[in-house]
Amino acid sequence: MDEILEILEKDARATPEEIARMLKKKPAAVRSAIKKYEKGGVILKYKTVLNKDLIKDEDSAVRALIEVNIAPQKDVGFDKIAERIYSFPEVTSCYLISGTYDLLLVVEGKNIHTVASFVSEKLSCLENVKGTATHFLLKKYKEDGVILKHKEENKRIAISY
Amino acid sequence: MKNIVSKKVEQMQPSGIRAFFDLVLGMKEVISLGVGEPDFVTPWQIREAGIYSLEQGFTSYTSNKGLYKLRLSISRYLKNKHGLEYSPEDEILITVGVSEGVDLVLRSIINPGDKILIPQPSYVSYGPVTELAGGLPIYIDTERQGFKLTPGTLEKHIDKKTKAIILNYPINPTGISYTKEELSRINKVLLKHKILCISDEIYADLTYDFEHTPFAALTGAKDNTLYLDGFSKSYAMTGWRVGFACGPKDLIAGMTKIHQYTIMCVPITSQMAACEALVSGRKSVEEMKREYRRRRELMVEGLNSLGLSCIKPQGAFYVFPSIKKTGLNSLDFAQKLLRKQKVAVVPGRAFGRGFDDYIRISYASSMDNLKEALKRIGAFLKRK
Repeated sequence: MDEILEILEKDARATPEEIARMLKKKPAAVRSAIKKYEKGGVILKYKTVLNKDLIKDEDSAVRALIEVNIAPQKDVGFDKIAERIYSFPEVTSCYLISGTYDLLLVVEGKNIHTVASFVSEKLSCLENVKGTATHFLLKKYKEDGVILKHKEENKRIAISY
Repeated sequence: MKNIVSKKVEQMQPSGIRAFFDLVLGMKEVISLGVGEPDFVTPWQIREAGIYSLEQGFTSYTSNKGLYKLRLSISRYLKNKHGLEYSPEDEILITVGVSEGVDLVLRSIINPGDKILIPQPSYVSYGPVTELAGGLPIYIDTERQGFKLTPGTLEKHIDKKTKAIILNYPINPTGISYTKEELSRINKVLLKHKILCISDEIYADLTYDFEHTPFAALTGAKDNTLYLDGFSKSYAMTGWRVGFACGPKDLIAGMTKIHQYTIMCVPITSQMAACEALVSGRKSVEEMKREYRRRRELMVEGLNSLGLSCIKPQGAFYVFPSIKKTGLNSLDFAQKLLRKQKVAVVPGRAFGRGFDDYIRISYASSMDNLKEALKRIGAFLKRK
């Protein structure tokens, strides 16, 4: 992977100037590389990783993993029905997977009831959805490579040879 | 009790900056660029191997030389990576970090009055340990040659009593390293005068601009070299204390004698974790190395643009900028910077007499910390 991407994946706020300094490149060259990645869809978005457990009055306080069984459609397979499902704003992630079911969704809601009603009123009634299994998340430990601890304690002594 | 401490120890140069270290340790919210170890923790697979070995009940002594499995892995690793052949039977000794290796070799080779050459600035232990072993440290100032030992200067410092040189590269505290050609020239002088090269290559894996050449890999050098390396810096395993010494049979046997009476063996948990490091740790080493290299660029440019000129280091995770322009000596500079801006660095005088115009800055700290530290150093220089 290009080191520019490695840097941005760790810190989306790194500026082209900083990246250029770190990699001994010209800022213009970094800027145009980033543009290219954005245009080509390699870089989709810059976002902030939040620890939502620490946010009060959180709108999306409950998350569930939902396994969905689907009857694929002629010609388009799973894609069309997946699109119908992932277009709901409640669905924050959607994957097609191998194994005993087809789609794995991550769904967010204000509380258990909102998620439950999304499943029963929106998801299950879709024509091609044959069945669902909902698992509510109890605790998040690690997400996308980030361990969700507030502050890592410094374990090194502050000065040494 | 009076005079409980021996004269020899009493006379050992006290570290003039101990008080400064205590000051740093007593202060909160300091950004420390004074740390001589990685800011990464040991990669999980390696930690897990240590835990697993404990679960399995591996809590005993090992062979004095170290676990055969570890020696064998090291032997294979050196063969694959550098084409160096050391027999796991009798040419490799597992030590408590490179520090123990340095102590063992000096005690093994020194007869009273023997001289040991130490290019400076250097890591802090070489001189005192030489003295403890009854040797005479001969310091070679390399400041004028860009902190590199040259064959000419080397030759000037050699006499009949010269027994060995302690060469360390990439160098702590400057981060400077040697190319193969430069090393070859030094090697020729050492071979000519039959002087042992004690080569401390603990930062070898963190070499950025060219391939690291182990001294022992140079033509004719192997029988004349004690090769010291370990897991601390490259695998972020400082606290595990595992190093290794590779060298001629007789020398390793001599060192093993002392090691078996004083240390017995390196803790088995650490040795087992080190075995895993060689199996699954290389990817992490490469990742960490890339991160260090990026930080190096940021720091060298940052410091130079603040007017603290420094040579761009080729390895390790240190820069050694000159603070001459500030008019402060290294201890004053470090103390004031700590008090006013809460940034800790190590005063240059720790690394040898004559380096009071320098400070050692470690970039084994997160990018955010480094950026913030540069800002604070900038503010300090303006208001000083």
